[in-house]
Amino acid sequence: MAGMRLEPQEILLPVRAGFIALTLLSALMLNLLPWSGSALWLKPDFVALVVLYWCIEQPRKVGFISAWMMGLIMDVADGTLLGQHALAYSILAYAGIVLHRRVRMFSGTPQMVHVLILLLMNDLIVLGIRMAAGADFPGLQYFIGSFVAAALWLPLGALLRLPLRPRLDPDL
Amino acid sequence: MEYSAPPFFKTGPTPLARLLIFSALSFAFLVADSRFSYLDSLRQVAAVVVYPLQRIAAAPASIARRVGDFFTTHGSLREENARLKRETFENDVLLLELKALQAENEQLRLLLAARERLKIKLAAAEVLYAARDPFSRKIVIDRGSQQDVRPGQPVVDDRGLVGQVTRAYPWLSEVTLVTDKGQFVPVQNVRNGLRAVISGTGSDGVLELRFIALNADYQSGDELVTSGIDGVYPAGLPVARVESIERSPEQVFARITCAPLGGVANHAHLFVVTGSRELPPPPPVEKKQARGKKPRKF
Repeated sequence: MAGMRLEPQEILLPVRAGFIALTLLSALMLNLLPWSGSALWLKPDFVALVVLYWCIEQPRKVGFISAWMMGLIMDVADGTLLGQHALAYSILAYAGIVLHRRVRMFSGTPQMVHVLILLLMNDLIVLGIRMAAGADFPGLQYFIGSFVAAALWLPLGALLRLPLRPRLDPDL
Repeated sequence: MEYSAPPFFKTGPTPLARLLIFSALSFAFLVADSRFSYLDSLRQVAAVVVYPLQRIAAAPASIARRVGDFFTTHGSLREENARLKRETFENDVLLLELKALQAENEQLRLLLAARERLKIKLAAAEVLYAARDPFSRKIVIDRGSQQDVRPGQPVVDDRGLVGQVTRAYPWLSEVTLVTDKGQFVPVQNVRNGLRAVISGTGSDGVLELRFIALNADYQSGDELVTSGIDGVYPAGLPVARVESIERSPEQVFARITCAPLGGVANHAHLFVVTGSRELPPPPPVEKKQARGKKPRKF
């Protein structure tokens, strides 16, 4: 079948909770960088991306509590309505956990498309909340960040798997 | 005989149940925050926790700026020094004149038994970053309630009004720019003294005068300053310049677009106006509010 993962899956080291926390913190720092102007439109939501990654790769370790807490932190840091990112990330975590087996079956591009749709849904939830609270539609460039984030999905996966590769024993 | 699942298979509530719990919690937060602002103390506490992260994240940019400052050439420094000396000299002369005028003004006001003019006190602040919320126009500055910044205070730069403090955290505060969609400033036309309210449009560099009659005397190039009648903004701060006026007979009102004078989109240093003026208590507001027209909170 086209798009299915044919190459054998590698066996990785077990993920430590500290490593997950570190990646989430780094994603938060990336989000907090002083983005401005057009970079702000291009900026992917790193926290959403990393939360989704761990929900798909480690649904037993990362779930609603971490997603919801990260959402609240983003709301405070951005000075937005308290709960808008929390709600969006919870739903993102749900989608990731429910779909994790399916998404992991796919390779490369099809997996990216799945991620893109989930991230766009995340954007739509935030948009819906803000429009309900009286804001204007900021324009279609609002969605660019999610496309950038989806393009970053595969490099991110490779990067986060790097420290989990078992070290080859030179004596063998 | 009944068997329960071995502990290995127990994973707690199903994802859907968890989703419902966390969504309900988020909705409760949203409502509490947007309608009743119950969560301000929670926000303050969380802001203190996030503060170090924000400072660390903003550090590279400010360090880069400082390193750039360090490597300026000797020649450009000398040139700048000469220019600044000349400017200070010119400003000193103007200041002398201003002092004389101020003294005269105070005397005249005393004679008229008029209220003392607000003495503006400025506190310098550095812009940390522009808020990343695409729905609003806000910036975050490095002074907060510990340095006597309060919500409501105007924020200016050397050219004019930039915005207003809308939320003060202990060491940071959030400034809503005049271009934000929900931001209104009472202004006065310098040329003829006409008063109006200018409002942001949500896009950078565009302000709008709404509900101005077709025959009102506005020309492009007119300068608008704060009128000071609201008690929030001191009178006389430059706000905007009229850019274009469209008068079409089909419309009831003229469409007047203006450009902000303060560096709304490009600034590194700002001043918070901290002086305040005692005003008589405002008249009681009638408790009648149009349905579905709640004032926006952010």
